[in-house]
Amino acid sequence: MISIPTAVDVAALKDTTLLNMGIFALFVAVTMVIVLRASRNNKTAADYYAAGRSFTGSQNGTAIAGDYLSAASFLGITGAIAINGYDGFMYSIGFLVAWLVALLLVAELLRNTGKFTMADVLSFRLKQRPVRIAAAISTLAVCFFYLLAQMAGAGSLISLLLGISDWGGQALVIMVVGALMIMYVLIGGMKGTTWVQIIKAILLIAGAAVMTLWVLAIYGFNLSSLLGAAVETSNNPNVLNPGLQYGKTETSKLDFMSLGLALVLGTAALPHVLMRFYTVPTAKEARKSVVWSIWLIGLFYLFTLVLGYGAAALVGADTIKAAPGGVNSAAPLLAFYLGGPLLLGFISAVAFATILAVVAGLTITAAASFAHDIYASVIAKGKADADTEVKVARRTVVVIGVMAILGGIFANGQNVAFLVALAFAVAASANLPTIIYSLFWRRFTTQGAVWSMYGGLASAIILIVLSPVVSGAKTSMIPGASFAIFPLSNPGIVSIPLAFLLGWLGTVLDKNLEDRSKQAEMEVRSLTGVGAEKAVDH
Amino acid sequence: MGNSTPTPDVAASADFEEVQATEQFQKLRKRHRGFVFPMAVAFLLWYFAYVLLADYAVDFMSTKVWGNINVGLIMGLFQFVTTFAITGWYVSYCNRKLDPIAAEIRHGIEGHEFDKAGKRVGGGSK
Repeated sequence: MISIPTAVDVAALKDTTLLNMGIFALFVAVTMVIVLRASRNNKTAADYYAAGRSFTGSQNGTAIAGDYLSAASFLGITGAIAINGYDGFMYSIGFLVAWLVALLLVAELLRNTGKFTMADVLSFRLKQRPVRIAAAISTLAVCFFYLLAQMAGAGSLISLLLGISDWGGQALVIMVVGALMIMYVLIGGMKGTTWVQIIKAILLIAGAAVMTLWVLAIYGFNLSSLLGAAVETSNNPNVLNPGLQYGKTETSKLDFMSLGLALVLGTAALPHVLMRFYTVPTAKEARKSVVWSIWLIGLFYLFTLVLGYGAAALVGADTIKAAPGGVNSAAPLLAFYLGGPLLLGFISAVAFATILAVVAGLTITAAASFAHDIYASVIAKGKADADTEVKVARRTVVVIGVMAILGGIFANGQNVAFLVALAFAVAASANLPTIIYSLFWRRFTTQGAVWSMYGGLASAIILIVLSPVVSGAKTSMIPGASFAIFPLSNPGIVSIPLAFLLGWLGTVLDKNLEDRSKQAEMEVRSLTGVGAEKAVDH
Repeated sequence: MGNSTPTPDVAASADFEEVQATEQFQKLRKRHRGFVFPMAVAFLLWYFAYVLLADYAVDFMSTKVWGNINVGLIMGLFQFVTTFAITGWYVSYCNRKLDPIAAEIRHGIEGHEFDKAGKRVGGGSK
């Protein structure tokens, strides 16, 4: 028997605060025990950064899904479909298709040629110092933008889920979440982080599956009637058609192309995703990881299609927009409508766990890159022993954690949704061309890598600063000023081709040729996995 | 488990240029590129064709096919289907065409078949 309440009483949400907190506390307690148990034998750098390469492909694939399905994906896409209909769905397709780039061109080759970080691969056959520094800088930039977006989003989530609307209270919750994250990463390293992501992914996908079946059951498992109900509630037949959000003007259409390009090419170059491929023992397991994550992520986005239209039909766009947290409240409100306080509490706890898990993954990636690429290779010139390197990494974790907390508190309430798209655009511009060139283009040189990475990074950031997201529009960060000479809010369509071009130009203009034997070694290692696989007994 | 980073590197003594030049490695390289490049181009074209249609052919995408299900939704869902299909196809291609050759070459290197002259591990001549 499915009860169908007539309307969602948003005021009643506040009564569930204690329950939400209780379920979240339970999640923290359970994961903390697992992290403590898993981290007992964290000794070497490979243990700390790469979880001793001991995860299986299916475990790692689940963790990748946990890392990738951030609060922005779960709450953001469900909300986008609930409000903008089809255009929200289009957004999720870009996030999924992008994984084919990782599967076909990057994951296995990268697993075979690197050890801990993206810079390991990029500097393999080029000059260590300049390439490593550039790769570390772009890693830190991507992690910083992504991290800030997650932490700033925490504020609106807190007001929605915990009913805390004053600034001081929200700051306190952000501090608690940040401190928990630092503990997980300090104690558990990559192993602990991975377990948090695995558990979170299972809870998130299971919760979304239950809600999806529930919504479908209400409409007799008929997708067409669900869509019909969404049209009826919103009183707008266009929620089923493309263009509600991106089709307004020629500029917004171009903007969507630009966003699509950044999503599809950025995913396979996100440093925290790349680092996950080092936690498995072989390239075959790396392949299996991507296959698992494609299935899980694809399944999840199919759920969000039902959940988004379900929220549009059952809760209604007007109620969603009026609720604290706005668009992001679609999924929690739908949970409350379906399963009352208990389901809302579960979904809320999962949303918090999501922020925790994603932020932990970003923090360990940034810390590894700083300790391994900048400290050990550049500052200590390769003379630091592994213990010192891990010690530096742990200190970096604390520094980044504190920065994330402060960033979250001060960016709270700012319009920073563009930061996630910016992180993808920077990854696609600064990292992907160099990854592809160094894996597949024999002639590629250091100068090409450096031009492409700095050129891609700088052009992406400069174009964002000169775009309407920073100034010149009502929704800008600085609405008063107006220096928006670049019309698009996503720089990808310009910065990505530019970075590819710079990589090519820098190479053909480079008079120095790289070491032929290093190129041969990289190619042979990347395709055969020799030296990276466990050797067979002879 | 715990420490599966192979140390010392079994391949340290190999002459990779020699391996690269072998017919077997060239075959592996050709098979790998022959699959991943066309496939990457194909799915990117298909994805951007879809985005362009959604951007500029709104009427076509809004055509109802069955009940409230329109062309746009079917094409969107078909993107999921092709993504899953390419994934499965790639895995089966690797299992059949790439992994066996890669393993053979790897075992050859690990068995010191390609060692540089004079750098043979365990060789007492130097």
